[in-house]
Amino acid sequence: MRQDDLYINKIDWISILIYATLVCIGWFNIYAAVYDEQAAKSIFDFSINSGKQLVWIGTAVLLITIIMVADYRLFENLSLVFYGIFVFFLLITPFFGKEINGQRAWFELGSFRLQPAEFAKFATALALAKFMERPSFDLSQTKYQLQAVAIIMIPVALIMLQPDTGSAMVYSAFFIMMYREGMPQRYYVLALTLIAVSLLALGIENNLYLVIAIAAVVLLIILLGKKSISRIISLSLIGVLAIGYVYSLEYVVSKLPQHQQNRIMVLFDPDLDPLGVGWNVTQSKIAIGSGGFLGKGYLEGTQTKFDFVPEQHTDFIFCTLGEEFGWTGSFVVIILFCALLIRLIFLAERQKTRFSRVYGYCVVSILLFHFMINIAMTIGLFPVVGIPLPFFSYGGSSLWSFTILLFIFIKLDSHRIQLLGRMN
Amino acid sequence: MNDKRPIVLIIAIALIGIILLTKLFLIQVADDSFLKRAERNAVQRLVDHPYRGLVYDRTGKILVYNNPLFDLMIIPKEFSVQDTARFCEIFNISKEHLIEGYTAARKYSSVKPSPLIKQISTTEFAKIQDFLIDYPGLFVTTRSVRSYPQPVAASALGYIGEISARQLERDTVKYYRQGDFVGLAGLEGFYEKELRGVKGVKYKMVNVKGVDKGSFKNGEYDTASVAGHNLTSTIDLDLQQYGEKLMGGKVGSVVAIEPKTGEILAMISAPTYDPNILTGSQFGANYMNLNRDESKPLFNRPIMATYPPGSIFKIVQSLIGLQMGVLTPNTTYACNRSLVACHNHPSPVNLFGAIRNSCNPYYHQAYRAMINREVSSNTFKDTQIGLDQWRDKVLAFGLGGPLGLDMNNEKGGSIPTSNYYDRVYGQGRWRYSTIYSLSIGQGEMMVTPLQMANLAAIFANKGYYYTPHLIKAIDGDPTGINPEYRTKREVGVDAHHFDLIQEAMAEAIYGTAARAAISDIRIAGKTGTAQNPHGEDHSVFIAFAPKDDPKIAIAVYVENAGWGGRAAASTASLMIEKYIRGEITRPALEEYVLAGKFM
Repeated sequence: MRQDDLYINKIDWISILIYATLVCIGWFNIYAAVYDEQAAKSIFDFSINSGKQLVWIGTAVLLITIIMVADYRLFENLSLVFYGIFVFFLLITPFFGKEINGQRAWFELGSFRLQPAEFAKFATALALAKFMERPSFDLSQTKYQLQAVAIIMIPVALIMLQPDTGSAMVYSAFFIMMYREGMPQRYYVLALTLIAVSLLALGIENNLYLVIAIAAVVLLIILLGKKSISRIISLSLIGVLAIGYVYSLEYVVSKLPQHQQNRIMVLFDPDLDPLGVGWNVTQSKIAIGSGGFLGKGYLEGTQTKFDFVPEQHTDFIFCTLGEEFGWTGSFVVIILFCALLIRLIFLAERQKTRFSRVYGYCVVSILLFHFMINIAMTIGLFPVVGIPLPFFSYGGSSLWSFTILLFIFIKLDSHRIQLLGRMN
Repeated sequence: MNDKRPIVLIIAIALIGIILLTKLFLIQVADDSFLKRAERNAVQRLVDHPYRGLVYDRTGKILVYNNPLFDLMIIPKEFSVQDTARFCEIFNISKEHLIEGYTAARKYSSVKPSPLIKQISTTEFAKIQDFLIDYPGLFVTTRSVRSYPQPVAASALGYIGEISARQLERDTVKYYRQGDFVGLAGLEGFYEKELRGVKGVKYKMVNVKGVDKGSFKNGEYDTASVAGHNLTSTIDLDLQQYGEKLMGGKVGSVVAIEPKTGEILAMISAPTYDPNILTGSQFGANYMNLNRDESKPLFNRPIMATYPPGSIFKIVQSLIGLQMGVLTPNTTYACNRSLVACHNHPSPVNLFGAIRNSCNPYYHQAYRAMINREVSSNTFKDTQIGLDQWRDKVLAFGLGGPLGLDMNNEKGGSIPTSNYYDRVYGQGRWRYSTIYSLSIGQGEMMVTPLQMANLAAIFANKGYYYTPHLIKAIDGDPTGINPEYRTKREVGVDAHHFDLIQEAMAEAIYGTAARAAISDIRIAGKTGTAQNPHGEDHSVFIAFAPKDDPKIAIAVYVENAGWGGRAAASTASLMIEKYIRGEITRPALEEYVLAGKFM
């Protein structure tokens, strides 16, 4: 009895409050997205998505209850079992999944559909935490780096078979956690440089300018640092590689499937194909951009209500918010997300076990990735990638998976006193 | 070990939040172009076309109205029909028509309406109206076409048609849009602004497929259309109709004016056409046919055809001569046929006799006296001065330039200036002998039938006229019309000089135009012949009646009908009787005119 009191008192209500707020705002927005003035139905009407979402929210609450009353040791002990089960599901999905839009990403049980790739995220997070808990695990060593990458790459490879690029990309978020856990910094510098150079290479018409810029930056770094021969040689080599990369990128992009090429190029010029690939981004930006400072008012958004934005209740749910609540609404939601993420980092840092901390950072990583990419995509900062906005987007699989992901960590956090492990 | 890294991550999260919020600020607050694009997306501007004004005749009978036509529209997605045969029977279409229409509509859009049956008349609509409710996905849109209960006055009323690119360009206030209908000719063209009304706008919302989603902001920005003004014409429908009947099978013009007001009672251009054919979907094809027709039915002869005035001009000469003092009732000249040809009549004649007999040599001599006033010892110079002074007096009679009636494209005819002769013959190289044909209304002068009718009105009024016009009231308000049409215009000849002229014209009826005489209505008239170098001369007659209280002044032109006393005088006489008495008592004369074919 004393123990129960203890853990109830340790539950982080701040995170739960933010979670509940985001789910509620999301639910109201789903209603707005499907709202039809001429056939006005109640938000509770089960024939429309807001009614269905209410069922998902209700069952999510059930899941939360189960997680909170379950034995906290269960998650660590069964982490590899969960991982095994979902890898197995991912393995059979390409064969038994229901084909939708050329993808086999869904399992269908009667009228009920589940997306294993969503649930594999928390399983992978648990598995990573379990592996990294070992005292010897050190991410500065190549051996352990490869182990961690292997745990991530197994579900990624299976998801690519469906193929669902968006969901697969999400797994790269684990590198955020690995950054915290001691992955050498140079990988991240390299990766960010690569992304920057890629964007510039694709965005700037004439590669020559970029080549000159790279040469100038390399020269500057050489001149500013200490001038040892080996440093000069290695930096020059990096410069040459970067220039080679710039020129090869164009070739690589031209080898991508046309729809992916278009998604990338539309980022730089949405008017390239305003009725085709550019349609989503253009309409999404119009919807959000027309919201103004205060928005058009709840249920008054014309763009979302009249279906100008595709996928507006799932991946483009942010449009409804942007249009009807304007910059103010966007501000509130973005601040809530940032607050939740920072709060979760704070929670992760106070864990006594490495398992809990790694898992906590996995939660932060995945939520951050979804939040950042999803909103960036709706406002044309990132190519269109089909991933949902956590807690907001319509759909049982995504709401459940994010709920499970988050609440396992809240459960672990509430037991942080009991969980004593080796910290490093 | 990595104490800095959580901080780096927190900073990164904050940075991401700031980047997203900045970008959102840029597109939501700093840039209003998205708002406009959103409205272009979802808000459709629909023009509510106003009801075009009606046109009534002077007695209140309707000349032009709007006839509603119905288009049966189909929304393929909502449409369903069980018994196709019954459907086709009700809507009176073939099964093929239904299938074709449905397929075409489906091809265009399954959710947007397309026309299934076009231009259903009111009577046909009444038959199908009750069945519409049985078939979902069908509805009716109304539009209206101009319609004419009596197929008359086509050239006066004009027609409407789609606005041309050039008209759109000139429309600097941007009232019109591509595809709008505007008055293109006749009253429709001249009174376009009055007739068109004010367009309304409705903003309605549509979804991505173009499906109607109700009004925008509850119609806050919608404006209702305002119907056009109704015009009351000066035309007398019965007289117009009768005149067109008389002119059947002939080429020419009839213009009848109420002298006291300048109101045009009838304006007939022959050959004419049924104005109903230049409406609706057949406009294009019918217009082409009319345009190609060699008898030029679209040519509005009363105001566009010009002819030499001929003998009728002698009355103007007489009046100018009297006013100048060059002529008196007792001025006598011999009928000297060596000057200019004439016909057999007693000679010499005084002014009265000259009008009565239409004596050419009389006017040759009288005109010389008017022109050569011996203000200059140089006969060339003297003629030049005389001509220009004389011309000014002629212009006061409404000749030599458009009168300015309320129709576009009115021709003004011409009265030559001294400059004209200078150009043709060289300065100082022409004199009276060069221009003497002007004395008898021949040579380098041209007038329109409208100007001739106006002359008749001037003679009737003893020296003044009101600019002839076709519209007397706008929305029943006579002050609504241009004040120019209510301004009395003096011709500069004293009223008492007209007494002799009127007497002579009344007498002339019994001489040159005996057919025109009506037993109990005194007609004053003058025959004329417009020379036609291409064939038989044109028959011309002007008149007013009753002589002592003129109610109607008229000019009749019948092309290729020979001397004025025949076709033209008979027609004028019948018109006068029709207008004053309301019925025809001389069926034989009517028969004679109707039988005349001078094409």
